[in-house]
Amino acid sequence: MSSNIYDFSTLTGSIHAWLSGLMSTGWVTFTEMVLVGLAFLLMYALLGLFLVYAERKVCAFMQNRVGPNRVGPYGIIQTIADLIKLLMKELIPIRKSDPLLFNLAPFIVIICSFLALAALPYAKGLQAIDFNIGVFYVMAVSSLSVVGILIAGWSSNSKYSLIGAMRSGAQIVSYELSVGLSLLAIVVFAGTMQLSGIVESQADGWWIFKGHIPAVISFIIFLIASTAEINRGPFDLAEAESELTAGFHTEYSGIKFAFFFLAEYMNMFIVAALGATVFLGGWMPFHVGHWEGFNNIMDYIPSVVWFFSKTFFLIWVIMWFKWTFPRLRIDQLLTLEWKYLLPISLFNIVFIAFIVLMGWHF
Amino acid sequence: MSEEIIKDVIIGENEDYIINMGPQHPSTHGVLRFEVCLKGETVKYLIPHIGYIHRGIEKMCEANTYPQIIHLTDRMDYLSAHMNNEAVCLLVEDALQVEVPERVKYIRTILDELNRIASHQLWWCAFGMDLGALTSFFYGLRDREHILDIFEESFGSRLLHSFVMPGGLMHDVHPNFQKRIKEFITYFRKKLPEYDQLLTGNVIFQNRVKGIGHMSKETAIGYGVTGPSGRGSDYSCDIRKIAPYGAYDKVQFNEILETGCDTWARYKVRMAEMWESLSILEQLVDNIPEGDYTAKMKPIIKLPAGEYFQRVETARGELAVYAVSDGNKSPLRMRFRTPNFSNLFVMNEITAGHKIADLIAISGSLDLVIPDIDR
Repeated sequence: MSSNIYDFSTLTGSIHAWLSGLMSTGWVTFTEMVLVGLAFLLMYALLGLFLVYAERKVCAFMQNRVGPNRVGPYGIIQTIADLIKLLMKELIPIRKSDPLLFNLAPFIVIICSFLALAALPYAKGLQAIDFNIGVFYVMAVSSLSVVGILIAGWSSNSKYSLIGAMRSGAQIVSYELSVGLSLLAIVVFAGTMQLSGIVESQADGWWIFKGHIPAVISFIIFLIASTAEINRGPFDLAEAESELTAGFHTEYSGIKFAFFFLAEYMNMFIVAALGATVFLGGWMPFHVGHWEGFNNIMDYIPSVVWFFSKTFFLIWVIMWFKWTFPRLRIDQLLTLEWKYLLPISLFNIVFIAFIVLMGWHF
Repeated sequence: MSEEIIKDVIIGENEDYIINMGPQHPSTHGVLRFEVCLKGETVKYLIPHIGYIHRGIEKMCEANTYPQIIHLTDRMDYLSAHMNNEAVCLLVEDALQVEVPERVKYIRTILDELNRIASHQLWWCAFGMDLGALTSFFYGLRDREHILDIFEESFGSRLLHSFVMPGGLMHDVHPNFQKRIKEFITYFRKKLPEYDQLLTGNVIFQNRVKGIGHMSKETAIGYGVTGPSGRGSDYSCDIRKIAPYGAYDKVQFNEILETGCDTWARYKVRMAEMWESLSILEQLVDNIPEGDYTAKMKPIIKLPAGEYFQRVETARGELAVYAVSDGNKSPLRMRFRTPNFSNLFVMNEITAGHKIADLIAISGSLDLVIPDIDR
């Protein structure tokens, strides 16, 4: 089924064939790696610029404001202007900081967010590496960024940064569990950890519709826990600006600060993309069981549009959280995770295993 | 080496982890410093350090005439500028036994209440922001703008008015004054429920403020905490009721008292006071009598020798002015008992044992205006 969807592997396959005609196998692999890397860099930069602009517009919309509107039409070049400003700013050296760790931290954070992009399926056949443990891989690399945050807080020689980093450490490590368990629920349904496999398994309906109430519960838990994992409001305790000035990146300036900033937005994109892939079908169009006609019409919308519209919907929800809710306190944050989310997700996953064993799901 | 020294010096177990919150900290507005001692995230004690914006207003008063002093007072609590002005005016009028026209009393009371609403709106903005709810800031400022526009239309300035003079007002209010206020009342009655929808009803918000910063009635009286912060601890301290001035004896209003004694109670007092102020405005705005905007005053105001005392209710509590005159055109000594000074020093008492995040919530609930502390 779903023969109408354009398969990007035909495009990549033809490029591969064309390159193979030009050079030897080793060089082909090398060239392809460079091309893929460049494509990801370009996507990373464009997404970063777009997300910062989107955040400003969404937050302005929530706050009765206009948002950026001076630089370019509707202010779309505002982010580029800000980027140039950040690039030209002085990188202030901090006295008694650990220079190696201090300079390393932003790179660790940004590399972790970059690594996760490789495994995400953006459209049919458009995926850099299709790991058979894709869910696990994305989870693992995106949670590595806590190391960068801890290093940043530790090496800054600032008490605010240290408190922010410690908060962030406690928070990310705790919420990792709920994110993992809520994703595992769908892994149980789909029977695979391969992201492309999970997407294919939703060809007759997305898991959030097929998986009864347990799937909805894990989707809600995933949304809450992943918002906490990427340190965004109402869980932005690590950078709570009214308490800790800017938390772990208080002492950073210029482009090093921009790296943290960019990584935060990319992490938001990654969790939204992961959520869209696992719960909302990824690039899979909206299909209903065996309604062939309806499904064929839906297939005319390109798969890449489906993927990005779902992802941006989730991003919008996460932004909506941030601009509406007050921030939690650190003990309330940990209570929410350990006393509510974790037991619920544990019960949920047992329940799902039972459903799958009995074959009750669609 | 004894075990004691190892604990003290080497492990640093008994050493206090001191963090300086301010003066360059977003929630202390650049002019206040809390020396906070932490154990993990828990506050052991805190010492407020003040004086970053001390301008010697009391000393400056001794070199200025009474009409000039009024312009100094609105630099103290700039968010209740009108009430501060009025305190000095009432003091001078009381000393000179001047009977001000009824119109002036009504307009002054209306301005008091408008100023109180504007101040509480800004408090609500900042309180939400202190708790991380950034959107509340823009909701509050949006509505505050309407009040500032009324001020601007009538007396040209939006924040520091210096509009009242001993004996009356600087000049008459704008012809649109009543119409604009009535428009504002209908507008804000619709908008105030939005505040509850956005923040008050939020579960996270309620968990953040309930049971935090318990200040018993005894503590409140002991530290001299007045205004909405004191009334949140069931301490009846509304000067508008105790010693009515202006037109407060002609209007019906309730003194809002809450028995919760915590941040949540102080929050509810301020929210209810906005409704109460709206009702006071409604009662007054249609009944402003015609007449002069000022009583007949001598060109140079000299207070007879003696001591004078006047107190008013600002948006943050009781402001008392005490002046000693030797018969000259400037006072021999002027003393302001400002509400924020007393409200600040209760901080250590009520924050000990709470988290850093609570410290911010509590200082937000006390609604501190730092220039009023330093003077």
